[in-house]
Amino acid sequence: MYQEAAVLFQIAGIGIIVAMIHTILKQMGKEEYAQFASLIGFIIVLIFVVNSISDFFQQIKSVFLFQG
Amino acid sequence: MVIIQIVTIAIVASLLVLLVKEQQPIFAFVITILTGVILFFFIIESVTEVIDLIRSLSKKANINEMYLETILQIIGISYIAEFGSQLTKDAGLASVAAKIELAGKIFIIVLAVPILTAVVETILNFLPQ
Repeated sequence: MYQEAAVLFQIAGIGIIVAMIHTILKQMGKEEYAQFASLIGFIIVLIFVVNSISDFFQQIKSVFLFQG
Repeated sequence: MVIIQIVTIAIVASLLVLLVKEQQPIFAFVITILTGVILFFFIIESVTEVIDLIRSLSKKANINEMYLETILQIIGISYIAEFGSQLTKDAGLASVAAKIELAGKIFIIVLAVPILTAVVETILNFLPQ
């Protein structure tokens, strides 16, 4: 049970870190790097979520006997 | 009990969502998606038990396998469509959620067509020609 809850904390941690990097880079005046940092953070999380959603749908397909 | 774990995970996830929502709303939405997926994995065992029970009962009563398959697929489609539409509604896209629900209903009707034809045929056989 704890590894699932840990996943939530990881994603939240990444979100907070990306937000901090974004604000720090903005203070330093480097706007584009801030945008890149948030984009990269978003892509990492997106890959992780896509994997977990594909497992989720695979599980549903196996449970509800989908052939189509 | 499992229900307590489910509720704690849901509360923790909602706290995380509120924490991350102002700076990064995308991450907040990602956390909601992940919570939905995780909570589903909690209920998957009991769902499989119920489905196995139904299947064994239908085998005993030698009901046609096709009916049970269609019913399970309809349940699966309705669950996925409801999951998707609720998530898109959370993200604020009510129109997309309505489209997903419409698509789910249409696929269910398409799946139910063979059963409807079977029912109508059996009724017609009862009627004296």
